[in-house]
Amino acid sequence: MMTPDTLLITIFYVGLLLCCGLCLYRIAHGPTASDRVVAIDAIGTVVVGFVAILTAVSGHAYLLDVALVWALISWVGTLALAKYLVGKNLNE
Amino acid sequence: MNDMAIKEIVGLLLILIGVGFDISGCVGLVRLPDVYNRIQASTKCVVLGTTLILIGSLVWLGSAAAMVKGILCILFILITSSTAAHALSRAAHISGVKLWKKSVCDRLAEDQANGRIKEEGA
Repeated sequence: MMTPDTLLITIFYVGLLLCCGLCLYRIAHGPTASDRVVAIDAIGTVVVGFVAILTAVSGHAYLLDVALVWALISWVGTLALAKYLVGKNLNE
Repeated sequence: MNDMAIKEIVGLLLILIGVGFDISGCVGLVRLPDVYNRIQASTKCVVLGTTLILIGSLVWLGSAAAMVKGILCILFILITSSTAAHALSRAAHISGVKLWKKSVCDRLAEDQANGRIKEEGA
């Protein structure tokens, strides 16, 4: 029998997986390249929330380092893709 | 009811609200008609939802080391997502993505026509 908190945590996981699925739909069907980049950025932020829930459930505080590094790398990747959309090199 | 249970209940409630914001942001990412509308929905709702999830898990954990790293993570997300959305919308506009046909104004095109922006670049 599931306790209420286990049920809630399962609901959280399913909801965040639903978010990732909706973003993947936008990546697959996006009319322009900009739509796909926006969806990739949203997936990066959703995964940070996923890691935060994993931290709280498991009780290991070092997993927050993963969330921090994931947020920074996702930001750098989005900026590089934005530069690529404009059509410039990275050193201009 | 002891202290541990109160911390867990408040944390779970905050995480529940955050997951709701995340889902609404991603539904907006799928349903809205335009790149700029999608940037608006996904950035605002997903950032607020992820911040609430982080605050909830920090309340649930309640240790000092997690608190420092979590607050740093919240600050990073608040700064980086807004700058990334700004760069993305500007890049989409410069690379020639059209606005939705019912959009009412385009300030960047007006500024470029008036010569207030000298260089075409992000």
